[in-house]
Amino acid sequence: MGEFEVHRVRFFGLVPAGVRCLAWHPRGGRLALARTDGTVEIYNFAANYFQEKVIPGNEARSVEALCWAAGERLFGAGLGGDITEYDLARLCAARSVDGCGGPIWSMAANSSGTQLAIGCEDGSVKLFQVVPGGIEFERNLDRRKGRILCLSWHPSDTHIAAGSIDVLRVFNVCSGQTVQRIMVNYHVQKVKRECIVWSIAFLSSGTVVTSDSFGRVQFWDWEQGTLLESHTVSTSAVLSLAVSEKEDSIVVGTSTGATYQFQLLPVKMGSLEKRWVRTKPFQHHTHDVRAVAHSSMALISGGLDAQLVIRPLMEKVQKKGYDAALRKITFPHRRLVSCARKARLLLFQFSQHLELWRLGSTDETGKDGEVLPLCRMPEHLVQLKSKGPEHIYCSCVSPCGSWVAYSTASRFHLYRVQYEGDGVSIKKVPKVPKLLLPAYQLQFSSDSGSLFVASARGSVHVLQLLEPGGCKHLHTFRPPSGSPEAVYLLASSTDGHWLAAVSGDWAIHIYNVKCFKHHCTVPTYTCAVTALAIHPLTNNLVIAYSDQQLFEFSIPEKQYTAWSRMVQNFGLHKVWLERDSPITHITFNPKNPSHILLHDIYMFCVLDKSLPLPDNSALLMNQSTLKQLPETARQRQLHAFKICKKFQPLLFADLLDENCLVMVERPIMDIKTQLPLPIQQKKFGT
Amino acid sequence: VSDQKPLGCWSVKHGQIITCPVVCNFETHEYIAVHDDKVLRIWKNTDINLDKVFKATLSADVYRIHSLPNGGPVVLFKGGGVRTLDVLLEAPQQEIENIISDEVIKWSEAFNEGQQPVLIFATEKDGDFFVYVKKLKMNSLHKYKLEQQELSKPLSFTAYIKNKIITLLCLYSSYSVYKVLIPLQRNTEEEEQILSRSLLLNLSVSGTVLKGTSFVVLDKDHIAVLGSLGASGEECKEHLTVWNTKFQTLQTSKELPLGTSGQLWCYEEKFFFTHGKVLTVIMYKCETSSLAAAVGKLKDSQTPDVSSFVNWNTLGDEELVVSVQSQQSVALKAESKMTLRSKRNTVAKVHPDTLSVGQLLLNLKDASTTVLEDELRQLMSKAQTPDFQATIGCVITALINRCKTNPKYYPRNLLLQIVQTRELSYSLCPDLMAVALEKKDLHLLQNCLQRFPDIPEEITYTCLKVFLSISEAYLQRIDVNLESVICYIDTEFNNKDVKTEIVENGFNAELEQDIWDTKITKKTHLTADGEFCPVGPQKAALLNAVLLSAYSETFLLPHLKNLPAQQAVLFLRYLYYLYVKCSEKINTTLPGIRSPTINQIMDWMCLLLDAHFTVMVMLPEAKELLSNLHKFVRAQVRFYSELNKIEGSLRELQRLNHQKDSQTYSIEVLELI
Repeated sequence: MGEFEVHRVRFFGLVPAGVRCLAWHPRGGRLALARTDGTVEIYNFAANYFQEKVIPGNEARSVEALCWAAGERLFGAGLGGDITEYDLARLCAARSVDGCGGPIWSMAANSSGTQLAIGCEDGSVKLFQVVPGGIEFERNLDRRKGRILCLSWHPSDTHIAAGSIDVLRVFNVCSGQTVQRIMVNYHVQKVKRECIVWSIAFLSSGTVVTSDSFGRVQFWDWEQGTLLESHTVSTSAVLSLAVSEKEDSIVVGTSTGATYQFQLLPVKMGSLEKRWVRTKPFQHHTHDVRAVAHSSMALISGGLDAQLVIRPLMEKVQKKGYDAALRKITFPHRRLVSCARKARLLLFQFSQHLELWRLGSTDETGKDGEVLPLCRMPEHLVQLKSKGPEHIYCSCVSPCGSWVAYSTASRFHLYRVQYEGDGVSIKKVPKVPKLLLPAYQLQFSSDSGSLFVASARGSVHVLQLLEPGGCKHLHTFRPPSGSPEAVYLLASSTDGHWLAAVSGDWAIHIYNVKCFKHHCTVPTYTCAVTALAIHPLTNNLVIAYSDQQLFEFSIPEKQYTAWSRMVQNFGLHKVWLERDSPITHITFNPKNPSHILLHDIYMFCVLDKSLPLPDNSALLMNQSTLKQLPETARQRQLHAFKICKKFQPLLFADLLDENCLVMVERPIMDIKTQLPLPIQQKKFGT
Repeated sequence: VSDQKPLGCWSVKHGQIITCPVVCNFETHEYIAVHDDKVLRIWKNTDINLDKVFKATLSADVYRIHSLPNGGPVVLFKGGGVRTLDVLLEAPQQEIENIISDEVIKWSEAFNEGQQPVLIFATEKDGDFFVYVKKLKMNSLHKYKLEQQELSKPLSFTAYIKNKIITLLCLYSSYSVYKVLIPLQRNTEEEEQILSRSLLLNLSVSGTVLKGTSFVVLDKDHIAVLGSLGASGEECKEHLTVWNTKFQTLQTSKELPLGTSGQLWCYEEKFFFTHGKVLTVIMYKCETSSLAAAVGKLKDSQTPDVSSFVNWNTLGDEELVVSVQSQQSVALKAESKMTLRSKRNTVAKVHPDTLSVGQLLLNLKDASTTVLEDELRQLMSKAQTPDFQATIGCVITALINRCKTNPKYYPRNLLLQIVQTRELSYSLCPDLMAVALEKKDLHLLQNCLQRFPDIPEEITYTCLKVFLSISEAYLQRIDVNLESVICYIDTEFNNKDVKTEIVENGFNAELEQDIWDTKITKKTHLTADGEFCPVGPQKAALLNAVLLSAYSETFLLPHLKNLPAQQAVLFLRYLYYLYVKCSEKINTTLPGIRSPTINQIMDWMCLLLDAHFTVMVMLPEAKELLSNLHKFVRAQVRFYSELNKIEGSLRELQRLNHQKDSQTYSIEVLELI
């Protein structure tokens, strides 16, 4: 098919923040995750574990605990002392209430989701009533010294168990009194170290489960105050604990990166007497496992190594297949890199700054696999620091490279970049139009003449860029039927005619930019859109969904193309459908109209529409096989998917020109070196 | 107990003394205490103040109250009188007779024998010891005198009841345990039988004596003794010890450095005793007493609980219907929940469909062969249901049973068809291979060996033996699947370029000389190069099936030892031939479908040599073969050691290649086809 000159970029120094807490929402099938930098993410398990929502963090707002309450409402609390409710449609913090107890270490919602309990630095446990439009302070429970590090409601909502340092307490919710106080360290008198109860769970049988800094998981009878069982699982702390809904299984996470499952099993086959037994150890993390969750099908753990691991329970899996695979999610499911094709620039988005790089070049050519000598090295042009505590939502560089835009929760910035020889001057555009912020996605038109700003309630603003450095608001597109959800993906056509926008309800609206009107809506599909792009010549919209399906929709004809229908009839290859990371970027080769270039974290693929689709018996990743075959034999083996797995993990790939690609990789090892050293463990007497 | 916390605490008023252990009435969950010898207190868990609870003052001093699981508490008075608590509470001030006059009660114990409580207590008077047995319902009291012993006297007693005989164990001050048997039934009313005793155990450990203070019986062969151990002069340390009385050995001991109160209790496989200031609970488990256990050589072996599994062998005709159901339930369970097995009696649901299969088989029991086969073919052509395998298993069993009863009947093609088309296993139709062996149905055996994952080693061995013993002439006429051998045996007749490949593979000329110098004698296919296959293609195909089957060395080896020497040599010759064939190709695999891998060949060769080592050394015809084999292996080892050296350099190159990857920026060429 052809040779490409690949600019292999590894200088994007992204370090994903560690996972701080998890909250599993069993009814909605969604997992809320908070990172140590305050970012909150929502993963939709039904949509193939897609990271469907991201609320960027804020330096002033750490998140120590997350919980779902009153149905689909998400609350977070942190060391700032505030309880924050998140607006999942507008992807921002909706409102905050001061807990009035100093830093908040823990928060738990009762089983009906009507009350929140928080555990504070000053040793108080406070109850808040969840009311429409916010939360209201209800009462304080009996206050004692010592920060409350973890909380758990009894399923009947009558009692709360709270873990502190050296002690766990049980409160009666009605009277507010401490009804039981258990010293977890009672019989280890010799040890002078304090024992921190890191995590707690209150079972309906009246058993309180604690995990502590001594590496123990202990089961207590709260009424008698006696220890029922004690399991030492680790020499270091057991940081997190989660119980399944049926209360027959517990997952714990330790600071060595190991997670363990406990199961309530009969002592003998058929016996009624049951005991908690440590059944399965897993070592998926290298660092502290600060958060675990237990869905009905899987153990979920998140560590300071920034990985979210979803480990399905094989005994719950009916057949080997899609759901039975282990998932490790390290990188965001969205694009943090944008590329100025003409100027050969890359813009990297970090949590609080941007970096603009110019790619190097070569004047040699070579054969497959060769590394070409460089005649110009890549150059770090500009670092743009965002002021204030807010993290960056999105950023973009224009194709010509002379405009850079980014948005935080409350501010929108546009810069004019000028290149004079080797020097770069950057000028902020004053008086940007007041828009509804934050912007969730930014997209320059291909002629760099206008900027599309994705906004809340399904709207997209069009800004006209003016020389030498100004802009004006032209129009705002709104979906005809309205939408509460924010737009999170944009695609504009090369001829400047069309704009496609995807909002959080997964509806794709297509607007006519020339006449400023709504053109049509793509038929709704039951899965999240992960990437979309408009073909430069045919104006066909190519859409990738999180279930790995691909669709091609003709914008002028307002219908799916014949090729798309053929793909749906024939079906995609099984191996393609079983990939576990979503397509995050789609682009085209103007010289080869039949080619669609797409990539996910682990592969780059050129989809050649002119070739037959592979059936399930064919080898999907056949590039290395093809290379061994003689020319004549190749023809019979060719199929539409040309997959290259050489570049991993791949954060971004784009076509610079006809046969020049840029691939942005972020090797896991480079991230690991940025993390603090894990707890040293002995291996075979070393 | 690692975490001690009193759940309840009650105390008597100052000046009052609790004079006998508090017991709990298991039926009413009340506690009963006696203070100041005569005052009875009864209370419940919810009562807080002991002063305000039920009180009864008795007319005589209480020695002890015994609480029995299935009966009310029994009160023993110091004068030897016995009352149940119910009787006593009706009239607390009733008069209690004094039976034992000057004797002092030293110990008492109560049992339930049948439906009636039995109380036994021991008394002492002037160095004489007496034992009384009181049956409460019959209101009978028997008195015995313990056999007198010079120098030593009983320190402590314990007793248990079994087969209407009370076994009384006494710990004497000579630190020995004596056993006394007291029959519960006694008809003669004579006074004061003398009880003879027998020595049960000497509490001495390599010279030092355990000065026991209290002891309990654990089971018929084990007792636990709490006491201090130490040679005279040294400081005594208290120990909890468990003794095996059958072999007179000390099973285990635990040192208790903080000291105890000298008392030991035992309930529900747990010891209770005070150690220092805490109550210590130790769980124990007595294994069945055996000599191996006594000398510490017991291996962890458990006899499988057969009853909880479906017995696959009991597929008799009359049980067919039942077993069809149970098998299906197993199959279904395995599918849905992955639980292991289910007890047969838990299957309550009757599948109408499956019943029809079972009944069909029953109905066909007496049908003619053609009818039977037609019916079964029809049955098998039905749509695949989850439990279909179990059904097929039953079908085969039915067929095999028919074969057994009628020696002339053997549905060769039908069986072959079933084996070839269905995913069967040996355990589903255990008799199939035995019958096939009997009938010498080699094609079926070959198929079974290729398809069944769980053939017992004994059957594998029998197959091997049969295959080796059958004459080539007979095999010529038989239809056997040759796909595993066709690729390498047939080619060799006119294939000369084998030699070049060998040289390529690193054999030196000397070795080739060695191999080809061998004088080839036998009748088999001789090639120009001198390499031959020692067996015909049919036999080779059958042997390949054996080589490919799963086995465990431990279980196969004993059987393999029984292989006749001639056959063993032939088999080794064939393995050697395969080995050489494998080594011809650089990837050391044999061409063709279902041909054995080099590892399988090597494993079998090792096994065979292990099993027949002495025979091989003695046999003259094996000598040459072994020497050739040795030369060949030696050459191979040299060759691979050379390869090892290359690997080191290659790995270094690979590492250098990787280092290039770590650059942060590069422009590379990528070709997509």
